[in-house]
Amino acid sequence: MCLAIPGKVIAIYEQNGLKMGRLDYAGTVNTACLEYVPDVQIGQYALVHAGFAISVLDEEEARKTYAVWDELVRAAAEEGTDIFGMPFEKSPPG
Amino acid sequence: MKYLEEYRKPEIVRHLVQEIRAITTRPWMIMEVCGGQTHSILKNGIDQILPKEIELVHGPGCPVCVTPLEQIDKALAIARRPEVIFTSFGDMLRVPGSREDLFMVKSAGGDVRVVYSPLDAVQLARENPHRHVVFFAVGFETTAPNNAMAVWQAHREGLRNFSILVSHVLVPPAMKALLSSPRNRVQGYLAAGHVCTVMGWEEYEPIAAQYHVPIVVTGFEPVDILEGVLMTVRQLERGEARVENQYSRVVRREGNRPAQELIRKVFEIAPRKWRGIGEIPASGLRLRPEFRAYDAEVIFDLGELQVEEPAICISGLVLQGLKKPDECPAFGRQCTPQTPLGATMVSSEGACAAYFAYHRQRAEEVREGAEAGKAADA
Repeated sequence: MCLAIPGKVIAIYEQNGLKMGRLDYAGTVNTACLEYVPDVQIGQYALVHAGFAISVLDEEEARKTYAVWDELVRAAAEEGTDIFGMPFEKSPPG
Repeated sequence: MKYLEEYRKPEIVRHLVQEIRAITTRPWMIMEVCGGQTHSILKNGIDQILPKEIELVHGPGCPVCVTPLEQIDKALAIARRPEVIFTSFGDMLRVPGSREDLFMVKSAGGDVRVVYSPLDAVQLARENPHRHVVFFAVGFETTAPNNAMAVWQAHREGLRNFSILVSHVLVPPAMKALLSSPRNRVQGYLAAGHVCTVMGWEEYEPIAAQYHVPIVVTGFEPVDILEGVLMTVRQLERGEARVENQYSRVVRREGNRPAQELIRKVFEIAPRKWRGIGEIPASGLRLRPEFRAYDAEVIFDLGELQVEEPAICISGLVLQGLKKPDECPAFGRQCTPQTPLGATMVSSEGACAAYFAYHRQRAEEVREGAEAGKAADA
C-alpha cells in the first residue's frame, strides 16, 4: 500500500490547475502529481506513491551512503572471505 | 534502476549481517511496523540470514489488513448500487467482507474499477456526470495526502458526483497501543519509511522517550532493512532509545510540509477501529465537517452493519506481533491466498500471505502433515 518508487522527472506541466510531471522509471514513463514537491526540477529523482511525488531524493545523502559502503566492500576484499567463510566475490564499487 | 540496485548488492548485505552479528550479545525483539517491509524481509530471506538472537516481529502496518470488516461491507453495499462507479486500489478487491468481496460484486454486474491514483477517480467523475464515483480511501499517512488532494480538487471544481469512503489510520497511535499492552514484547522499532516521508519523525521522539525504545526510520530494500536493524541493535546494546533516520535519502525530519497541510485542511483526527485489534482512540482520519458532502458514508447512509469474522482466524494476534502466521491452525489449510479467511492472507503486505509465498516449503510441509494425518485417521 505504501509502495513508492524513484523516478526521474523528465517533464513538468499543468493540468486541471495541478502541477504534474512525467517521470521515467528506468524506461517506463508515467505521470505523477507534483503538487507536494513544488521545487522539483527536471532531471531530479522523485519518489512516487499512488500517482503523487512525495519526496525529492537527496542525491548528496545517497552519495554519502555509497561512500561508506564502498569502504565496506574494500575492507571485505582485503579480508578475502565473507561471513559464511566463502571467498568474497570482488565487484567494482559504485 | 538508479537508487534501487545499489540497495540490493549482496556484498553489502553480507557485510551488514556480519556487522549485526559482531555487535549482538543477547536476544532482541524488533518490530517492523510496515507491511511493505514485512514483504521485503520474507521475500529476500532477511529473517533467515540474521543472527538467531535477533527476532523480527511483524507489525500492523498493512492498511488492507486493518481495514475493519464493516468498512469492507459498506464498500460492497455501495459498489452494488447501479448509479455508482466504485474505484479502489487493486489490493482491496479480494479482501473478504462478511459474505463476499469486491470481485464478486464486479462479476455480479457492479461497476468496480481499479485506479492507479485517486486523481483518476476524480477524472472518472468529470467524464461521467450522471454517475456517482466513489473512491475507497484506505491507507496510512502515506496515502492520506493523495486522497486529500482528490477531495480538494473535486471541491475546487465543484464536482458533486464524487465522494470517498474513508478508512484512514495513523501509525504512531498504533505503536503506542502495542507498547502499552501488558503482552508487549517489542524492544525496538523499524519505523515505516514512506509514512515518515510524509509526516517526518518528530512525533516518534516522545514515543521513544516514554517507552524507552529505539525507533529507526527505515527504507524498503534489503540493504535499507539490514542497516535499520543494525542501527536498532546498536542502540539496544548501548541501552539507548532515540529516533534515528536510516532512510536519509528520502526522509527529512520535518517530513513533507505541503502534504501535511492538505491532510489537515481536508481531514481531522478521529477514533478508528482496526481489524483484529479493535478501536484505538485518535488513531485515524475522517473528513472535516466542511467536506462532509464528499463523505460516502454520509451520502449513502448505511447505518450500522452486523458483521461476522471467521472464528478460527488469528489475524488480530498476528497484526499485534503476538503470533506468527504459521502458528495459526488454519494457515496453509483452510486459509491460503486463494481462499483467505483473514485480510492478512489477502494483501501481499499481510504477514500471512508473505509467509505463504516465501515459506512455501514450510507451508507444503504443513499441508503434507495434514494430509498424512487425514490418511492415518481414515
